Amino acid sequence: MDDLLEPDWLISTARFKAIDAMRRRARFDGAQRDLVAHMESRANDASGKDEDEETGDEEIEDDRLRLIFTCGHPALPAEGQVALTLREICGLTTEEIARAFLVTPATLAQRIVRAKAKIRETPIPYEVPTPQELPERLAAVLRVIYLVFNEGYSAAAGAEVTRAELTGEAIRLGRLLTELRPEPEVIGLLSLMLLQESRHAARTSPTGELILLVNQDRSLWNREQIAEGVALLEKALKSRRFGSYTLQAAIAAVHAEAESVARTDWRQIVALYNQLVRIQPSPVVQLNRAVAIAMRDGPEVGLTHIDAVLEHGELPNIYLAHSARADMYRRLGRTAEARSSYEKALALTQQEPERQFLQERIRQLK
Amino acid sequence: MKYICLGYMEPGKFEGMTEDEQHAMFDECFEYNDRLRANGHVAAEVPLQPTETAVTLYWKNGKVATTDGPYAETKEQLAGLLILEARDLNHAIQLISQHPGMKLGTNEIRPVADLSEIIKESERRRRKDTSR
Repeated sequence: MDDLLEPDWLISTARFKAIDAMRRRARFDGAQRDLVAHMESRANDASGKDEDEETGDEEIEDDRLRLIFTCGHPALPAEGQVALTLREICGLTTEEIARAFLVTPATLAQRIVRAKAKIRETPIPYEVPTPQELPERLAAVLRVIYLVFNEGYSAAAGAEVTRAELTGEAIRLGRLLTELRPEPEVIGLLSLMLLQESRHAARTSPTGELILLVNQDRSLWNREQIAEGVALLEKALKSRRFGSYTLQAAIAAVHAEAESVARTDWRQIVALYNQLVRIQPSPVVQLNRAVAIAMRDGPEVGLTHIDAVLEHGELPNIYLAHSARADMYRRLGRTAEARSSYEKALALTQQEPERQFLQERIRQLK
Repeated sequence: MKYICLGYMEPGKFEGMTEDEQHAMFDECFEYNDRLRANGHVAAEVPLQPTETAVTLYWKNGKVATTDGPYAETKEQLAGLLILEARDLNHAIQLISQHPGMKLGTNEIRPVADLSEIIKESERRRRKDTSR
């Protein structure tokens, strides 16, 4: 499979040419084209038959876009969207995807079978969305790409190697989409992923423990990815039509460009979070904003903001709020309260790297 | 990747069809198999004789015993197997779900296991035993 892939292309042009020729034939036959059959023949056609017929680049690009929008169609369940995208666009096998998501191949295979059945039954049109539909449909596709990225980024212990492939696939998808449809948020997401990925080597210790941003060895950050991420960010910001991905990328860029925690421009970070909260008022964003405010104004002010988030929002990963709260108490020297907050956080998370981190913090406070 | 497809069928179902129906079923299945073969998807095909011809061997009181008939007395019985060459599990599912024989019963798809590492380890163990 891999030998088909040129470095920066997800699917070889030759294969697309073959598919386009096939489609023209189908049209010529007057046969009703079955989208699922079309997708399958493309995903399974590992031989990548080269066709001599000349096909316009535009048509090839259209075909890729149609495929991306179909796999990320909002009518499909989220897990189905992710599985289909990785298999039909990235060319991963069912077994590879299952390994990355820590499920059995049989489970993953059924997700794909169900998603395809849904495409057949709904039926989902095989087309690039109209300009009116584009923002919503693009948002769905970006969500799929970011889901893939985060699945790899928040690696569960024991599976880091295969999961790292997911961040790579997500970045490649981001590049492809940036090439095909360079909308500000598409560029913003690619920038965000590159900036987050640039910290990869600094994020975990050699023994697999999680290292927080504030404690990371910044010399390990990947300068090339940072430079590319920042350049993309500037492009997205210039459009003035950016959204939450671009804002998150901007926050990541402020960190990326700071020499140390102390020299980080926390005022700018808080200002960016203020904007982000306006368009994406989720408890997670609010919690991050509270932590940034604490960095700017001190832990006492931070505590009141964190408590406000805990009171109002339904935080999906509530242990994060308790962990942040514990950190404020620790910095204020209120050891007993810090310890009990860390213990609360520990009781609320199953993720092994997180648990190790929290246990270490509790040990330090004894 | 290789996948074994075990085809199960109710005994007597095929025999209960008219001759024309049987011929049509054969022709459709063989035509589809030809297509699978032409595309390099068939590693092996193994049709089986009816379950009455089966002998089952088992271990009892420290020795081998035999009985007539299949191991499991289920409604549907193993009728044949196909070793498929497919890109991945979903590809195997797709190839089999289009098989005309699907109309006759149930198919189980199982990936072939790779025992090469286990065999190598076993060889190492056996070499050690003889060198002693």
